[in-house]
Amino acid sequence: MMRVLIALWLAMVAMSAAGAEQLGDPKEGQRVFKSQCSSCHMVGEGSRNRIGPHLNGVVGRAVASLDGVKYSKSLRRLGAEGLEWRLNTLDAYIADPKVFARGTRMNYRGLKNEEQRSDLLAYLQTYSANTVKMVQTNAPQEGTADVTMEEQGYSVAPDILAIVGDVEYGAYLASECLTCHKMDGTGDGIPSITNWPADDFVLAMHAYKDKVRPHPVMQMMAGRLNDEEIAALAAYFETLGN
Amino acid sequence: MKLNRRIFLGATAVSLAAPMVNAGGHGKPRVVVVGGGAGGATAARYIAKDSKGEIDVTLIEPSRTYYTCFFSNLYLGGFKTIDDIGHTYGNLASNHGVNVVHDWAVGVDRGQKTVTLAGGASVPYDKLILSPGIDFVEGSVPGWDLSAQNAMPHAYKAGSQTELLKAQIAAMPEGGTYVMVAPPNPYRCPPGPYERVSMVAHQLKANNPTAKIIIADPKPKFSKQGLFEEGWQNHYGGMIERIGPDFGGENVTVDPGAMTVNIDGEVIQADVCNVIPAMKAGRIAELAGVTDGSWAPVNAIDMSTKADPDVHVLGDASQQGDMPKSGFSANSQAKVCANAVRGALTGSRVFPAKFSNTCWSLIDTNDGVKVGATYEATDEKIAKIDGFVSQTGEDAALRKATYEESEGWYSGITADMFS
Ligand SMILES: Cc1cc2nc3c(=O)[nH]c(=O)nc-3n(C[C@H](O)[C@H](O)[C@H](O)COP(=O)(O)OP(=O)(O)OC[C@H]3O[C@@H](n4cnc5c(N)ncnc54)[C@H](O)[C@@H]3O)c2cc1C
Repeated sequence: MMRVLIALWLAMVAMSAAGAEQLGDPKEGQRVFKSQCSSCHMVGEGSRNRIGPHLNGVVGRAVASLDGVKYSKSLRRLGAEGLEWRLNTLDAYIADPKVFARGTRMNYRGLKNEEQRSDLLAYLQTYSANTVKMVQTNAPQEGTADVTMEEQGYSVAPDILAIVGDVEYGAYLASECLTCHKMDGTGDGIPSITNWPADDFVLAMHAYKDKVRPHPVMQMMAGRLNDEEIAALAAYFETLGN
Repeated sequence: MKLNRRIFLGATAVSLAAPMVNAGGHGKPRVVVVGGGAGGATAARYIAKDSKGEIDVTLIEPSRTYYTCFFSNLYLGGFKTIDDIGHTYGNLASNHGVNVVHDWAVGVDRGQKTVTLAGGASVPYDKLILSPGIDFVEGSVPGWDLSAQNAMPHAYKAGSQTELLKAQIAAMPEGGTYVMVAPPNPYRCPPGPYERVSMVAHQLKANNPTAKIIIADPKPKFSKQGLFEEGWQNHYGGMIERIGPDFGGENVTVDPGAMTVNIDGEVIQADVCNVIPAMKAGRIAELAGVTDGSWAPVNAIDMSTKADPDVHVLGDASQQGDMPKSGFSANSQAKVCANAVRGALTGSRVFPAKFSNTCWSLIDTNDGVKVGATYEATDEKIAKIDGFVSQTGEDAALRKATYEESEGWYSGITADMFS
């Protein structure tokens, strides 16, 4: 039954996403990537998995196939069914992630604008050598994820990053975060904080504490947490959903 | 400085001085929570969820649907529907095993450690948590009592009162007069009356632009005053008039039959009169004998009452120190209390008390402002550490983001209470 449904729906996806075969402008796509994707994903040289998987070679990659990434059950199931990320499947996924895979961890409301999607796919394709045709572009060579404060020159001492967080204490401290940030990772107006890599979380919280990252509520909340407490929170939120 | 886990625990975990109550002759330890609002629903949920069945949690709450006071002003302004602000208790029972009893608590026997319900049942507890919200101080607005609440609604407990007030605003004659009798300190939600005035003005501006709003206010100043006054000027210029105590705003009587309000000798004919009387702890706190004056004094470390270490009071009913009476505060206090109660009953780790609050208010479409602070427990009270408030003259994009943030918060806190 499931198999039939998936096949049927893939046929629909293939039809509706036909537009994506006319690839857009990768330079525009890079802008779309920066504004829509780069807070969670990296692409390009030096990329690694962040909140979401890196996107080098994503076109042509089997769904949910990278090691060390926490995929949702929904995506793992699709991967097990043999689904691959192609331009049409990516297009449908980006258009409305929760429709494509109901349980996906990707907390993104979807990119409705078809032209922007095709620009984005053109850009991603430049980092996916094994697919249909290569597109000539002078896209940047280094990773472009901008979630960390690292690239803005912000860093914390290695011994702070090395603190092993006390998960149980983190769970208690986290209850204060959950007044606004939702446990299930969804949210409009208030960003998701579940499943962050611990280092990114620690860096972000210290950046608030040091008033480098702007936001009065977060500066205040982080301001009264010590290094161990931040590590505890990071450790707890990293485990959420496992 | 890679931390040794043991040292870290020793340094920050509060040690358990009190003996564990545990299964002293009656099976599982029992927690009874009275009131399923911001404080009570959160406390019941956290204790049940985190104790994973080790503690028997009963929540006593008469209403099947809890209408949040938070965002009830946005309902008055037309930004939310009544259904948007209604929540039920089904998940607390099915996801966490809370035993939800829809009844009133009418008495507490602290000697026997039982709570009596209106239906006659008697419910035993090892730890009792009261979060009954507020009741009104009789006679605080001469001429008004609860029997007048249909003519002159308070709408300070959300639900049918809020719907009534909204219907009355919609029925105001062209160019009519809305009078608010604002409460004296301390009361629930310091910016609440002023956000309400903003939302009423928003409605009237669209549907009845020549109408007037008069606020009779006993307080010389109020929460986020500069922000509200700036917003009223910008959005509703001339519609809102506030009469403070310097002009007799504290000297008010009402006549619900004649629909008149007497402000320091001047009689105003009102089309809608929203009376928000002085407040005190919900009556069950008084019946339990844990109040002193209008409120229940509590220890900041775990929200236990000064009167009885096994009775905790959360939220608006408590007298805790520096936190404003807000849903955010009640939710924050509930988590500190839940951690302490669970520790006392099962020996689980008890962590240092940390409290916080942020109150968002909407002045007009996409014009949101906020005020917030963090707090810690001292021997004496919940004491403020640090705070912030939105600034006058902020740009429109920031105000819009602030409003959107409040929507995220609403979704977060209601999930934290009811999911
Ligand atoms: C107009 C308005 C706007 C507000 N806006 C905000 C806001 O934006 N942000 C914010 O944080 N806060 C806001 N608040 C304040 C917030 O609603 C309260 O501070 C919060 O609800 C307090 O929580 P509580 O648990 O103390 O009481 P409540 O949430 O009032 O819950 C008390 C519950 O106890 C039940 N109860 C009472 N007596 C008994 C009994 N004897 N037996 C059994 N059950 C009983 C009641 O039915 C009720 O459900 C606002 C309030 C108002 C009026």
